[in-house]
Amino acid sequence: MSESVQTFDGAKLNAILSRFVGKPGALIPILQQTQDEYGYLPREAVRRIARGLRMPEAQVYGVATFYAQFHLKPRGRHIIRVCLGTACHVRGAEMIFSRITSALDLNGGGTTEDLAFTVEKVACLGCCGLAPMMMIDDETYGRLTPKSAMEIVNGYLGETLARAS
Amino acid sequence: MADAIKLNIDGTDVETQPGTTIIDVATEAGIEIPKLCQHRLLSANGTCRMCLVEVEGARTLLTACTTPVQPGMKVSTRSEQVLRARRSVLEFLLAEHSLDCLVCERSGDCRLQDYAYEYGADGRQIAGKHYERGVEEPGEVEADNPFFVRDMSKCILCGRCVRMCAEVMGYGAVDFASRGAETKVATSFEMPLTESSCVFCGNCVTACPTGALQPKQGARQGRAYEYEKVRTICPYCGVGCSINLHVRDGRIIGSSAVEGPANRGLVCVKGHFGHGWIQDEDRLTRPLVRKDDGELHPTSWDEALDLVAERLRTIKSKHGSDAIGGLASAKCTNEENYLFQRFMRSCVATNNVDHCARLCHASTVAGLATVFGSGAMTNSNWEFESSDVLFITGSNTTETHPVIGAVVERGRRAGAKLIVADPRVTDMAYRADLHLQHHPGSDIALLNAMAHVILAEGLEDKEFIENRTEGFAEVKEKVAEYSPERAAELTGVPAADIIEAARMFARERRGAVLYSMGITQHSKGVDNVKAIANLAMLTGNIGRFATGVNPLRGQNNVQGACDMGCIPSHLPGYQLVSKKELRSKFERAWGSPLRADPGLTMIEMINEAADGGLRALYIMGENPMLADPDITHVKEGLENLDFLVVQDVFLTETAQLADVVLPAASFAEKSGTFTNTERRVQLVRPAVSSPGEAKADWRILCDLAARFGQSWGYEESAEIMSDLSALTPSYGGISYDRLDPVGLQWPCPDADHPGTPILHTETFARGKGLFSPVDHRPPAEVPNGEFPIVLTTGRMLYHFHTGSMTRRAPSLHAHVPTGYVEVNEQDAGHLGIEHGQPVKVISRRGGVVTQAVVTPNIKQGVVFMPFHFAEAAANVLTNTALDPVAKIPELKVCAVRLEPQPWEGARGCCCETSGESDAFEATNEGSD
Repeated sequence: MSESVQTFDGAKLNAILSRFVGKPGALIPILQQTQDEYGYLPREAVRRIARGLRMPEAQVYGVATFYAQFHLKPRGRHIIRVCLGTACHVRGAEMIFSRITSALDLNGGGTTEDLAFTVEKVACLGCCGLAPMMMIDDETYGRLTPKSAMEIVNGYLGETLARAS
Repeated sequence: MADAIKLNIDGTDVETQPGTTIIDVATEAGIEIPKLCQHRLLSANGTCRMCLVEVEGARTLLTACTTPVQPGMKVSTRSEQVLRARRSVLEFLLAEHSLDCLVCERSGDCRLQDYAYEYGADGRQIAGKHYERGVEEPGEVEADNPFFVRDMSKCILCGRCVRMCAEVMGYGAVDFASRGAETKVATSFEMPLTESSCVFCGNCVTACPTGALQPKQGARQGRAYEYEKVRTICPYCGVGCSINLHVRDGRIIGSSAVEGPANRGLVCVKGHFGHGWIQDEDRLTRPLVRKDDGELHPTSWDEALDLVAERLRTIKSKHGSDAIGGLASAKCTNEENYLFQRFMRSCVATNNVDHCARLCHASTVAGLATVFGSGAMTNSNWEFESSDVLFITGSNTTETHPVIGAVVERGRRAGAKLIVADPRVTDMAYRADLHLQHHPGSDIALLNAMAHVILAEGLEDKEFIENRTEGFAEVKEKVAEYSPERAAELTGVPAADIIEAARMFARERRGAVLYSMGITQHSKGVDNVKAIANLAMLTGNIGRFATGVNPLRGQNNVQGACDMGCIPSHLPGYQLVSKKELRSKFERAWGSPLRADPGLTMIEMINEAADGGLRALYIMGENPMLADPDITHVKEGLENLDFLVVQDVFLTETAQLADVVLPAASFAEKSGTFTNTERRVQLVRPAVSSPGEAKADWRILCDLAARFGQSWGYEESAEIMSDLSALTPSYGGISYDRLDPVGLQWPCPDADHPGTPILHTETFARGKGLFSPVDHRPPAEVPNGEFPIVLTTGRMLYHFHTGSMTRRAPSLHAHVPTGYVEVNEQDAGHLGIEHGQPVKVISRRGGVVTQAVVTPNIKQGVVFMPFHFAEAAANVLTNTALDPVAKIPELKVCAVRLEPQPWEGARGCCCETSGESDAFEATNEGSD
C-alpha cells in the first residue's frame, strides 16, 4: 500500500460523497468539490470516488484529465493567472509572465516547490480594458508593468513568509 | 414484430427490421463495409470513420455503424466520394501511426494494414506528428505483464479495447484520457496494467484492429500467415470456449479466441494465454514402472500394460473385483470416459468408478435429478444477457467461469438486477445491486427465508406451482418457519436485505439462478440445491428463456464424464445400474455381464483404501493428492494400496505414488468431444502430435481391454461416439458430422433433433417438479475456542484445479507464483498479521504456512484459500465430512486458527500485483 493511502485524510471526501449518494451524473460536481477541499485531485481521492460511484477508476481519471479545470498534482496556495490574450499580448504580457516565473524559479509556469504559487498562462480573462492584467486567486490586477506585477506577487510572498515564521 | 423496412444498398434491394444499422443490414446482404471501431459485441461509437457511406439525399457521408436504416434509403458503399473519404481517413490515422509493419507481430493480422493496402494509403500524404499517444519513440512499449504488450504508437483510438474492457468484461481497466491531440488510451494515472483492475483476458487484444496490443506468446515465432490455426475447445473450465491453437512446424506457438456458440469470441486469461504446459519439458513421454529399488523407471508400453493387466487380474482373483476402483477424468473426452467406465464395468467387473464431479457437483446431479429428473444446467450460457434478474450464489463467476461472468455483466448493463450471495466481496458481489454476505454454510436459511417472503407477500407464480409442480404444501409449511428475522440470525444478513432480495427476484419476469461450489461443497449440498430449485419453481423460473437453475460446471468435461456414466450408480446417460432392462442393454452391446449393485464413490474409495478393503486403484487424469479433502488421509489411503496405476500428462503429486504411470496425450493431441456446462457437445481436434510415446487415453484403454480379452476395435474416436450414442438416449442423435461448428446440446435423441437449449419447457424430465422441504443445519465443523475461524476454499482466476497445467503455463505462473490466505483486515489487526506476512493455517487435520493477503473483501471470522498450490495446499486442512446423499465432502467450510510467522527475507506480497513478487517459501507441514 502506498504512503499516500495512509496519509490521505478521507473524512472530507466522505462528506462530499455522502452528499451525492444515489444521484446520477454526480461525477463532475464531486470532482469539483473534492478539488476545492484538497486543492487538487489526489490519486487516493480518485480511487475512492471511483469506488464510491461504482465506476471504473480509469473512467474517473479520463474525466479528470479531459477537463482543464481539474488538476492531478498539488497546486500552489495562490494561483497566478497571467493573461496572454490578444490585448494583453500586444501590451507586453509575455514580459510580465517571464518576470514572475523567473523570479519564482518556474521555467514556463507551474507550481513552486514550497507550494506557495502556481503560475499559469490564460487566454483571456475578459478585462481587455485593463491590459496587461493578471489574476491572483480571485483578485484582479490591471495595467501592469513587470515591476508592478512583481511588487504585487511579493506582497503575497511576504504574507506566505510571515505565515511560515 | 414491426413492419420490415425496405432499402437499396449498391443497387440491391434489401429488407430488414427497424432499428438495424446500415452496416448490419449490409453485412447480412453480404456487402462488406470496412470498419475499425465497430464490433459486434460493443456499442457503436462511430469514431473511426472508415464505414462512411453515401446516402442519397443526405448532406454528408454517414457512418454506417451508427445510422439506422430508413424506408426507401439508397445507400452507396463504394462510390467515388466514399472511397476518397475513406482514403483520407486512413491517411490521417497513418500520420500518427508507427509504420513499422516490417517487424510488427500483428503484420498479416491487422485491419489497418489491410485497409491501407486496399485503399492505397501510405501515411505520407499528411505531415503529422507521429507517436503522440503517450510515447516518445516507437518501440517504447509497456511490456511488464507476462501476457501482452501495449504499443501506443500504433493506437488509432478506435476504443474497442476500452469498450471491451468496460462493456463486456466489466472491469474498465483502461479509458480515454486527456483530450484533443493528446488523447490516449490509459489506465488510471497511467500506471502499468499490472497495477490496474486488468484481469488479462486479452479480449482487448483480440478486438484491437492494429498492432497496439500484441500477445507476448509466440512473439518472433511466426505471423498469422505462417502458422496454421487449429480450432478446438479450451481445456479449463466448463464454459466450453472455442479457441484456436497456432501451429507451426509441429509446435504450438500461441493460441487465440475464436467465435464459438458458448463464448462468442471471448475467452479468459487461461484460455487465451495458458496453454504453454502442453509442450512443457515435464510432460511424461514413456510409461514408468516402479521397480524393486522403489523408483519409477521408464519402460515399454507392452511391459507396463502387461503388468497392469496381470496385477489387476491377480487382485481381482484374490480379493474380488470390488477390491479394485477407478477414477475417470473430467479433463478427458467423452469417448475416453465412456471407455473408462466400460473397462471398469466389463473388464474388471465393478461399479467402483467415479471422478471429480464427486468433489464439485455431485450434489447438483443428485439434487436436481430428484426434483427435476435431470441433473444439469437448465438453460444456456448466453441467455443471461437477456435475463431481468440474476441471482448468483456460491459462484465467484468472474474468476471461475469468466466468460459467463462477461455474459452476466452484459445482462447487468442491459438492465438486469443482480443479487449476489457470497461471504466474500468478489468482483461479481461488488457489481451487484444487492450483496448478501452470509455466513459460509447458511445457504438454506437464506433461501428458505427468501421463499418465506415471496409467499408472505403473494409474489409466487401460482399458475406454475399449480400446473407444473407437486409437494408445494410441505415447502410452504417449512419455509413458514424461516422468517427473515430468524434467517438474519442464522446467516448474518440483515432481514431487510433478505426481504429486498426476495422481492427483487420474484418481481421480475425472467429470473435465473446461477450457482456453483459455494452451494454444492457442503455436508448438506443436496439440500442446498433443493432449496434453490424450490425458489426457482416458486417463482415459475424454469423452462423459459433466460431463467432456470444453472449449476456452472467446473471442468471442461465434467458434464460429459457424468453423462458417460463415470459414477458408481449409473451407466451412460444416467441409466441406473440397478435396473435390469437398462443393464441388459449394455450387457448385450458389451458382451459381458454387468454388476447390479452401485459401487463406491471417490471419498469412499479413499477410505476403503486406507482400511484395506480396496487393493488397487486405476486413476486416469485426476490428482486426488491435491484435489481431495484431508490430503494426509488421501496419502495414507493411496500408500496402503497394493497397486496404483496413474495415467496422466504429468508426474502429478498422485502419480508420484503410483506403481505404474502411463503417459497420456493432452487435449491438443487427440480428437474427441467435450460437453460443456450448458450440455453442449463440441469437437476437440488434434493440433500436434504427442511427446515421446504418450498416447491418447482412449487408445491406452483399448490396449488394456485387449489384455482382458476384449477387442473393442476402435480406430477413430468417432466410432466410439457412434457406439455410445446408440446406448445413451440423450446422446442418441449426436455424431461427429453434426458437431461442426456449433455442437449439439443434449438431450438430442435422434439424428434429426436440433438439440435442447432449455430443459423442462413443457414438462419436467420426471413429470412434475418436486418441491422438497429442507432445513438449515450447521456445517459439520463449526468454529470453537481452539479453531475460531472458518476456512472456505476455492479457485482463483489465474490458476486451475491442482495447478498441474496452469503452474506450467509460464505466463500464468509468472503472474501468480504461489498460494495465499485471504484474511479480513479487522481480524488481521487483532491477530497481529500484516499484509504479505507468512501465517500458519491450522485445522484439526494439519497445518500449512502461506502468506496473508489482508483485505476488507472477506467477512470477519472467515478466511479463504485457493486450492491450486501444492506448497500451500488448502486441502491439507479441509474436512471429509460428507453429504449423506451425494457423498460430496464439505470443502467449503472447516474450522481453523491462524498463527502469524516471522517474516522471512524481504517484506512484500506477491498475490495482488504479481510480477514483482519476492520468492516466497511456503512449507507444507502436518502432511507426513
